[in-house]
Amino acid sequence: MREVRVDAVTQAVRDLCIEANTRLPKEHLRALRRALDNEESPLGREVLERLLENAKVAREECIAFCQDTGYAVFFVEAGTEVHFVGGEIAEAIDEGVRRGYEEGYLRKSIVRSPLERTNTGDNTPAITYYDLVPGDGLKVTLLVKGAGCDNMSALKMLTPAEGLPAMKRFVVETIEKAGPSASPPLTVGVGIGGPFEKAAQLAKKALTRPSGEPNPDPEIAEIESELLEEINATGIGPAGYGGTQTALAVHVESFPTHIAAFPVAVNLDCHSHRTASAEL
Amino acid sequence: MSTEPIHLQASLSREDIEPLKTGDVVRLSGVIYTARDAAHARMAEAIENGCPLPFDPEGQVVYFTGPAPARPGHALGPAGPTTASRMDSYSPLLIERGLRGMIGKGLRSKEVRESMQQHGCIYFGAVEGTAALLAQCVKEAEIVAYEDLGAEAIRRLVVEDFPVVVVNDLYGGDLYVEGREKWRREVGQGR
Repeated sequence: MREVRVDAVTQAVRDLCIEANTRLPKEHLRALRRALDNEESPLGREVLERLLENAKVAREECIAFCQDTGYAVFFVEAGTEVHFVGGEIAEAIDEGVRRGYEEGYLRKSIVRSPLERTNTGDNTPAITYYDLVPGDGLKVTLLVKGAGCDNMSALKMLTPAEGLPAMKRFVVETIEKAGPSASPPLTVGVGIGGPFEKAAQLAKKALTRPSGEPNPDPEIAEIESELLEEINATGIGPAGYGGTQTALAVHVESFPTHIAAFPVAVNLDCHSHRTASAEL
Repeated sequence: MSTEPIHLQASLSREDIEPLKTGDVVRLSGVIYTARDAAHARMAEAIENGCPLPFDPEGQVVYFTGPAPARPGHALGPAGPTTASRMDSYSPLLIERGLRGMIGKGLRSKEVRESMQQHGCIYFGAVEGTAALLAQCVKEAEIVAYEDLGAEAIRRLVVEDFPVVVVNDLYGGDLYVEGREKWRREVGQGR
């Protein structure tokens, strides 16, 4: 067994919250620059230039590049040989969020309940998905999820007979419906398979993949690139002002499913694509 | 439509906004007010109860935003636009009272667009998610009402060269519709 002190997790989570909100991942910056090279609309290019400039200001001044510093969503891969000491892991993560959002001058955007909408005041609770894996490693990945794009996300239970064409249509329709509201250029996370909730979780996790890295399965990678082409043909463009660059990347994750099922979930992420991870 | 910026000084007169066309790039200087969901709900309540508003909407520009906390030395924390459609049910109340401009992101309802054309109000888009950059254009910020709402309090901002784009002009233009139509392609048509 390897012992991991939970206060080390708190420190790592605090740092991840600040890093993710003030520094865009390098793969994502590369994707934005590529979009600027490829964008044909002058207004679209103006938007992309502003986004790159904004990322630079945020990085240099260590301030959040978007005021919606989102929900803190964590994917924790914990080795079965890891033993947490000094407290509870879930509390340690919440404490890291509390400190990161306070010390990083990040907005607190979580309310106590959808009905009784009092702000919790410290951006907790965090959302955490745990995966037990072999070994004694510990990896914590943060996805900061703004509400504008999450609100435009969707899930549909297709029939197996409808298949791939319906899945692709649903993805593109979700983006058409979102239009400017999801803040394009988007990163698109798609989850297919599992039962109902698994598809949504896969779609969210797909967003943490380094921008534009294809799925290792060549068949799925092909679907990703076809979807990207279809999405960019919608004309929505950067900020929805019209253009050829509506999405920067499409990440599809697949999972076994039921003989009668074909769930598809589409989780949209805005151009402030915030993810960071740490190994402890 | 031109990407060469038009410079405007807020507050705005009807004459200031009449030449603006959908797609025009504008740099706004002067005074603007922040208000989002909760502040709009309170202003609507004040109107309903015949109470005075925190500011006279005549000629003013409202910016839909809820800033993040400011670091010491900054007038305002990162403050990008929020989704304007959530303000749709309230906006006509202010437009009828002389509001000349709104800054936000995303589509507006038919009712809001009609009210804008009828009473003379422009909907500007700011690039969402450029909060750090937009906050740099804010030279002064003070809370003028609803301090208890925190990020959602109404703030009076003095801005300089605040970058916006005309989304809905006075003539029925809509950048979200026109832009998308212009750049839509059939898949496989090539670019």
